[in-house]
Amino acid sequence: MNSISFSKEELERYSRHLIIPEFNIEGQRRLKNAKVLIVGSGGLGSPLLLYLTAAGVGTIGIVDFDVVDESNLQRQVLFTVDDVGQPKSATAIKRLKGLNPNVNFIEHNTRLTSSNALDILSDYDLVADGTDNFPTRYLVNDASVILQKPNVYASIFRFEGQVSVFNYTDKDGKVGPNYRDLFPTPPPPGLVPSCAEGGVIGVLPGIIGSLQANEVIKVITGIGDPLNGRLFLFDALTFETRTLKVHKDPDQESIVKLIDYEVFCGIGQQTEDVPSVKEINVKELERMKDSNEDYQLIDVREPYEYEIAHLNGVLIPLDQVEEQVDQIASDKKVVVHCRSGVRSAKAIESLEKKFGFTNLYNLKGGILAYADEIDNSLAKY
Amino acid sequence: MARIIIPTPLRKFTDNQATIEVDAIDIRESIHALSSLYPDLKKQLLDDTGDIRQFVRIYLGDEDIKVLNNEATPVTDDAVISIVPAIAGGIA
Repeated sequence: MNSISFSKEELERYSRHLIIPEFNIEGQRRLKNAKVLIVGSGGLGSPLLLYLTAAGVGTIGIVDFDVVDESNLQRQVLFTVDDVGQPKSATAIKRLKGLNPNVNFIEHNTRLTSSNALDILSDYDLVADGTDNFPTRYLVNDASVILQKPNVYASIFRFEGQVSVFNYTDKDGKVGPNYRDLFPTPPPPGLVPSCAEGGVIGVLPGIIGSLQANEVIKVITGIGDPLNGRLFLFDALTFETRTLKVHKDPDQESIVKLIDYEVFCGIGQQTEDVPSVKEINVKELERMKDSNEDYQLIDVREPYEYEIAHLNGVLIPLDQVEEQVDQIASDKKVVVHCRSGVRSAKAIESLEKKFGFTNLYNLKGGILAYADEIDNSLAKY
Repeated sequence: MARIIIPTPLRKFTDNQATIEVDAIDIRESIHALSSLYPDLKKQLLDDTGDIRQFVRIYLGDEDIKVLNNEATPVTDDAVISIVPAIAGGIA
């Protein structure tokens, strides 16, 4: 480790680390010698990457296959309006190189899958999981267990964040719990919040991603007590914080190989949850509108979604369709829409079953498809 | 009364209440009392056989009930029970 040296410029740059007695140049050497993989360069990835780059981690890999979208800018502070439409991994690296040219960045502009995860992770000492979906979370966990690497975990939802350090080997060689010890199986797709109920307050990933970066630095440098065997919870609304114990689950089977995580998380079955109902596409709706056909348009989204964009439909949120059934015409064609077509299909199924409607048509792809194909002045969300 | 802390993703089933107080002698009674107050919450927490679902952890104070006495873990009047669900990210 003593073979790692610093230029005058680096010594000056890191001087605020070097003068912390328990951190000092040894901590800085460990950072420079470390190879860290960040999975996801979005809300959590932004503060993680900014702080780990500024702190002087020697090699940082970034896995992200996505491009920057306008809706990312509310929280993904790595990116600017000029970056919209650009690949996230390359754009992030360009920005980060400007912050610290001493860091070696490795771009993985790809989706992390069961077939490439072990190859990608094997080059790194530690992985930090900043993804936004269950299949990738279980994949990152299982790959880090197989390769015996610590997995610094954080997750966010609306106003709530979770942080932990999984699969951590302590000074006595004892390996701590992993994600599966905490949550053996993911929630079935039907029970996870839908697109209408998701969302996150923009500052939250900044707070939680910064805590995650701090844990990465602690694990690399060996200072302090990492969140091994503990789960930190933060509620930004109530400002309630809790640190709970996480134990190894003796019933948990050993993880020896990667599996199909989409199947494990029931993603393939998700389409089965969308009822099969009569459909029309947005072009047909437009033709009906242009030819002044007599029809009714029902919007089953929430009022706050209507405020973002609407098609002048009658607003009846999904959970009120049955009590407001008298507002729905039975003597002409009725087109029902939501954001992407899932809730409107559910509304139609329930109206057909309970009230015997035969004149209801689901707008395929919802208002998103309409914004894409007919009216691009509509805001997509 | 034991205090149950409701996590953000489940607050839509509790009229946005962050904490609910229940009168119960153990975790099982606490969860069932909560489920009867808010029936829509029940299927989120319990499976068809009435067991707590695997993607939800229940804590008494800072300890997982699994290492205590599971659902038979006694609760006191000043108990704080946390429901901890798996959450995946910001753009569900």
